[in-house]
Amino acid sequence: MEDTIRFFIDGVQVTAAAGQTVMKAADAAGIYIPRLCDTEGLKPQGSCRVCVVKMNGRTVASCTQPALADAVVESETDEIRNYRRDLVRMLFHEGNHLCPICEASGRCELQAMGYRLGITQATKYPYLQPVRPVDASHPDIVLDTNRCILCGRCIRASRDVDGKNVFEYVGRGIHKKVGVNGANLADTDASIDDKAININTCPVGCIIQKGRGFFAPIGKREFDQHPIGHQISRRRKETP
Amino acid sequence: MNQAIEQSKKQAVIEICARFGNDRTRLLDILLAVQSRFRCVEPALMASIAEQVGSYRVEVEGMVSFYAFFSTEPLGEVTIRLCDDIIDRHSGVEEIAGVFAESLGVRPGETSADGRFSLLCTPCIGMSDQAPAGLFNGRVITNLTVPFARAIADQLVSGVDPAALELPLGDGNNTHPLIHSMVRNNIRLTGEVLLAGISPEAGLNNALARSPKLVIDEIDRARLTGRGGAGYPTGQKWRIAAETPASQRYIFCNADEGEPGTFKDRVLLTERAGLMIEGMTLAAYAVSAGQGVIYLRNEYAYLREYLQSILDSRRKQGLLGSAIGGHRGFDFDIRIQLGAGAYICGEESALISSCEGLRGEPKTRPPFPVQSGYLGCPTVVDNVETFCCAARILDQGAAWFRSLGTEGSSGTRLLSVSGDCERPGIYELPFGISVKNLLELAGAQDAAAVQIGGASGEMINMSQFGRRICNEDLHTGGSIMVFSARRNILEIVEYFLDFFIDESCGYCTPCRVGNVFLRKRIDKIRQGLCQLEDLDYLRELGRTIAETSRCGLGHTSPNPVLTTLKNFPLVYAALLKKSKDGMQAAFDIQSALEESRHLAKRRSMIYDPTYDDSPRE
Ligand SMILES: Cc1cc2nc3c(=O)[nH]c(=O)nc-3n(C[C@H](O)[C@H](O)[C@H](O)COP(=O)(O)O)c2cc1C
Ligand code: SF4
Ligand code: SF4
Ligand code: SF4
Ligand code: FES
Repeated sequence: MEDTIRFFIDGVQVTAAAGQTVMKAADAAGIYIPRLCDTEGLKPQGSCRVCVVKMNGRTVASCTQPALADAVVESETDEIRNYRRDLVRMLFHEGNHLCPICEASGRCELQAMGYRLGITQATKYPYLQPVRPVDASHPDIVLDTNRCILCGRCIRASRDVDGKNVFEYVGRGIHKKVGVNGANLADTDASIDDKAININTCPVGCIIQKGRGFFAPIGKREFDQHPIGHQISRRRKETP
Repeated sequence: MNQAIEQSKKQAVIEICARFGNDRTRLLDILLAVQSRFRCVEPALMASIAEQVGSYRVEVEGMVSFYAFFSTEPLGEVTIRLCDDIIDRHSGVEEIAGVFAESLGVRPGETSADGRFSLLCTPCIGMSDQAPAGLFNGRVITNLTVPFARAIADQLVSGVDPAALELPLGDGNNTHPLIHSMVRNNIRLTGEVLLAGISPEAGLNNALARSPKLVIDEIDRARLTGRGGAGYPTGQKWRIAAETPASQRYIFCNADEGEPGTFKDRVLLTERAGLMIEGMTLAAYAVSAGQGVIYLRNEYAYLREYLQSILDSRRKQGLLGSAIGGHRGFDFDIRIQLGAGAYICGEESALISSCEGLRGEPKTRPPFPVQSGYLGCPTVVDNVETFCCAARILDQGAAWFRSLGTEGSSGTRLLSVSGDCERPGIYELPFGISVKNLLELAGAQDAAAVQIGGASGEMINMSQFGRRICNEDLHTGGSIMVFSARRNILEIVEYFLDFFIDESCGYCTPCRVGNVFLRKRIDKIRQGLCQLEDLDYLRELGRTIAETSRCGLGHTSPNPVLTTLKNFPLVYAALLKKSKDGMQAAFDIQSALEESRHLAKRRSMIYDPTYDDSPRE
């Protein structure tokens, strides 16, 4: 165990391999740090910022920040929770979200994060109401970026897992969005079997498989049963 | 499109790509060449470009849509970009735009129907000391007045190419045949380090006479700190780069100078280009780097040929190339990379991304560029002024440098002064000068507010003019904008926020979205629709953006709001609405209803596939 270091998250001692990120080490220890752009199996991107923590007094994104020996990390403090709430609210208000009629409702990570962070009403910020065309050209897939949170999971999955580059960011600033490698999705080599199209890749309801809408009844959906992150925090309870 | 034309365009694109070795990392240059050839990068050509360089179509689109100087529709034969930063606005650029719009028959922001003229706006072009100014097919025209603008417009209408316009000539090297520009240096005060006399190559010769390690030690002892904004100790940076094992290392000179109100690098590039390259060369020696890049903002493209000629002549003199100064094994050369209109590319890791042919987005840190930068190699990125200082330190010694300035900030600082003053221009002063003294020098008797450090800096009020410019007190990248009591503080704040909204790369949530929210609330305050609680909203939102953003742009973008809230509370107080009945002044039932009406229409494709997606009127 020469190459491991020790640090603290909210007072709990955690070990990490050298170079391992704060989030990975926290996951292993059963401490859930909220996240949206990061997901198992893809390279961390550090863009949603929901995973912010304070490390030795500095705010950092835990999904990209390597753990430092003896570092003091704060995650579940009022200050950090407020930042996370603000960030999640920003994402709600940046796009067009109407959960009750959304196909992703119940399995949507943004919605679940809102619940987890106690956001019941999203009224603090103005709505930006983008108007983005829906791409239903593909025989099996619909792309509706009106709910996109720009997490880049589809982009990374297509590039790094499928080896395809179906998606890429275009535009900058508030006009940044996800574009496809062709005139529309039908013009790309996207396939229903791609990791990028997999139901778990898009955290919200942008990438929809045709003919598979609302497959889980209310009450049986992923986050009806447990709050987001419970698979990770469960680990902690299980370890003696 | 006619097939023959399409084919010939494709052929031209293939040739352009070949000129850059079909090198994926040179995508920025390729797109600049395509843009200048066809006055746009047509979507139809993106796939061809991608194919040539081994990229893919949407990645090329991602590049084109990132940089402001690219367009997908053809721009006019003559493209005018008027600088609309706050100083130019205060100097009447709107009226100037009106003159061009009327004379050329084109609306601001558009291209004329006959394709002859485009009239566009662009953020600070580094000419705030001679505002209003603009770029005319890249040629800089400054000090625009209504009659002057009219005269230019008349000539343009009669078919004169901007390059052929008869204009007065500036001073110093601006008269050099390769620059040939009306830009004036406006050097108001020369200091000992940079703008007074220098002895060329003295620093480089001294450096080459000692070991690389001793060169870094000298920079350390001089306590040189970066002049580009962050103020990081330069020697420390060089040491990390030198000590990181690598087969190649790079020296990048940051000549992106995008901070509104800064123009000192423009003057150094014009008058001290040799010194800057000398600094880069000795840095290369110190860290053992083989290649260098000068990242020149596109707004300064008029200096490119001149800079290229200096590089060429140094190569001939054996000061670049192989065995520099007769030193066997010391090989180093430099190329110029032109930017394409993106303030964020001044951020060092975004600058590197841009040079790699990528969207100008900052890279994830760690690793830092000095450990893993350009193409994964240790890369030193320093500001133009920093390299000039380094060369002077090796010439005159660390003790000399430290004798200037304050305990915590050695040397002199180039200050770019603009706005409401009699003598805008460049002042080279030792660190530690008070704002008050500077204002006296610049003839700014009626200054009421001073923005220190550009849009991302701090706005101070009259009671704070005793503060000093140095790392210990008022930190600045060199921009000093002076505003008299006639100016509207919140208009300035709003302008700065617009700037950050336009220039945010959009990578992270707080900067991409949060700045838009700040801007909207400032707008409401200006309309008199806000109450005291709205100031808390601004503070909280500003804090979240500053704390959680991914790079320096977002860390500092709330500063215009946060520093004016602190230093000009009465400006806000005067605009707040009193709540008599406990009703929220900002609540307007009709617009709230409209919001939900609109939202309710935004349905899932599956739920309501017939939903009409056409934009609302
Ligand atoms: C948004 C942003 C824009 C920047 N623009 C510039 C610039 O135009 N020129 C510059 O030298 N540094 C700029 N910087 C600072 C650079 O990231 C970097 O710190 C600097 O080039 C390092 O050089 P120095 O140590 O010599 O100052 C910018 C930083 C940020 C966050
Ligand atoms: S994507 Fe998620 S947050 Fe958005 S409307 Fe659907 S369920 Fe709600
Ligand atoms: S489409 Fe979905 S996966 Fe892709 S960036 Fe948007 S939210 Fe993320
Ligand atoms: S703070 Fe985030 S969005 Fe803003 S410029 Fe930096 S990386 Fe881009
Ligand atoms: S999960 Fe770390 S920034 Fe999104």
